[in-house]
Amino acid sequence: MAEYNEMEMMIAVASRELENGASVGVGTGAPCAAAMLAQKMNAPDLVIMFEAGGMSPHLPEMPISVGDSRTFYKAAMAGSMGDTMETCSRGFVDYTFLGGAQIDKYGNLNSTVIGDHLKPKVRLPGSGGANDFASFCWRMMVMTPQDKRRFVEKLDFLTTPGYLEGGDAREKSGLPEGTGPYKIITNMAVMDFEPETKRMRVISLNPGYSFQDVQDNCGFELLRLEKPEETRPPSDEELRILREEVDPYKYVIGR
Amino acid sequence: MEIIDQGEGTLFTDPDPDKARFFFRNKDRKMVNKVMELKTAIAKFVHDGDYLGIGGFGANRTPVAACHEIVRQGRKNMGFAGHTSTHDMQILSAGEVYDRLDAAYVVGLEARGLSACSRRYLESGKVDITEWTNYGLTVRMKAAAQGVPYLPARNLMGTDTFRKSAARMAKCPFTGKKLVLLPALYPDVAVIHVHEADVYGNSRFKGIAVSDLDLASASKRLIITAERLISNEEIKRDPGSTDIPYYLVDAVCEVPYGAYPGTMPYEYFSDEDHLREWLSVDKDLDKFKEFLQRNIFDCKDHEDYIGLNGGLRKMRELRTKELLLQKED
Repeated sequence: MAEYNEMEMMIAVASRELENGASVGVGTGAPCAAAMLAQKMNAPDLVIMFEAGGMSPHLPEMPISVGDSRTFYKAAMAGSMGDTMETCSRGFVDYTFLGGAQIDKYGNLNSTVIGDHLKPKVRLPGSGGANDFASFCWRMMVMTPQDKRRFVEKLDFLTTPGYLEGGDAREKSGLPEGTGPYKIITNMAVMDFEPETKRMRVISLNPGYSFQDVQDNCGFELLRLEKPEETRPPSDEELRILREEVDPYKYVIGR
Repeated sequence: MEIIDQGEGTLFTDPDPDKARFFFRNKDRKMVNKVMELKTAIAKFVHDGDYLGIGGFGANRTPVAACHEIVRQGRKNMGFAGHTSTHDMQILSAGEVYDRLDAAYVVGLEARGLSACSRRYLESGKVDITEWTNYGLTVRMKAAAQGVPYLPARNLMGTDTFRKSAARMAKCPFTGKKLVLLPALYPDVAVIHVHEADVYGNSRFKGIAVSDLDLASASKRLIITAERLISNEEIKRDPGSTDIPYYLVDAVCEVPYGAYPGTMPYEYFSDEDHLREWLSVDKDLDKFKEFLQRNIFDCKDHEDYIGLNGGLRKMRELRTKELLLQKED
């Protein structure tokens, strides 16, 4: 098996979650690389949607912006933000990949501020389309480095909904039924959410990492499957496509 | 309808559709030549205190030349729709043009990083900020475009984004489900950059619309900047291609490369080196001051700015990149 780095591992793991015929709302960077890899491996009919209006493009290279011309290259349609988000709101979009500066045990995300809202230590971009995608898409996934400063007990600001306070809080809030965080993919493990409490749960460990490693790099108590699987590393074919076709300039996998 | 919850943010604009209708009733529908210099259009239609909307998406088909001109003319105390705003916001923050912000996407330049200048300004406490989402602001403009005071949606719920918004929550009278009510947003003035316009303001753009059709309809005044002017004959030959009709438009300004250093679909790709320079110098106040002096205040217009940053040679490179010509045999 070829050598690979942790970013390549995360992208390969994420890409396998996207089955053929599914639809996914993505941004730039690693999620986009995962969608492109899926399209070239197991899901040629994957429908990729960008929030600015690019619908089902055949990406010639990694876009820099979710609104740049690459996001509607050889696409089915160059639409609008309404077209994309309303398609999600109608229940047509299976997956979305999001990120943030902080995530909590229920998969809620913060991308708005560190510190106080009006006089923050750090002002971040805000929701952008993240709150919309996470509210509307069936299954939300996050790709992020495993780090105590990111995986926190309490968010400074709840920008984007996961399972809110856990249990049935998400549906009670009025968000569409049957939606929510699905998988959290890090450099150390893959997590899902325990069905009753909706707390984050380790289901598979990446080669070289123990549950304790993951817990040591997480600011809240993680649940775990009794016997987490070992995450399957990227195959030679996945690595070849990722390096030669998806990200030849190493914008994402070089990091 | 029973209101069950309410965000605590400030609502900066009046969602009353009747007030807007009376404004639109008095807007001139005559087909007159509206071509003018960008400088004149900004002086005439963008005032201190106005609420401003900017078209495009971040650094894609964004009226950058108009943002520079607004800063050059020293506009202050404006409201701003921070909808997918990236480099446009960086420019407006550099001029401290606005002090009221509807924030959906702000301070970041997507994968390129955060703007130190936008961060400094928002972290200073000088700006009143109400939180929304990108689609939330789209819906608010869509409500205005429809002439209704709000539209319901199913985002924002359960979050601090809702708590710091000026949205309300109510029970649906048909299903009993909870809905977020997003108040209509009528900007006083908006600027949209397009590929082609005729002298009356009939406008066409290529590629994604983002939220520009709703923005154009919702705005009380509308400035179009266009890569090139075309004849009215051409508009009439193919009216199906018109995206924005002339009667919405107050000024037409021909500004070639008007979205530079951003991307204009099928015309030129973004100048990543120059955007990186912006992101690097805006960290250092002294350097940034000098940079703004050179790139905005000492420039007469956008042509000067482009001349300063590589001129036609650079534009040709960016066209090659946009059209992926380097990949053709």
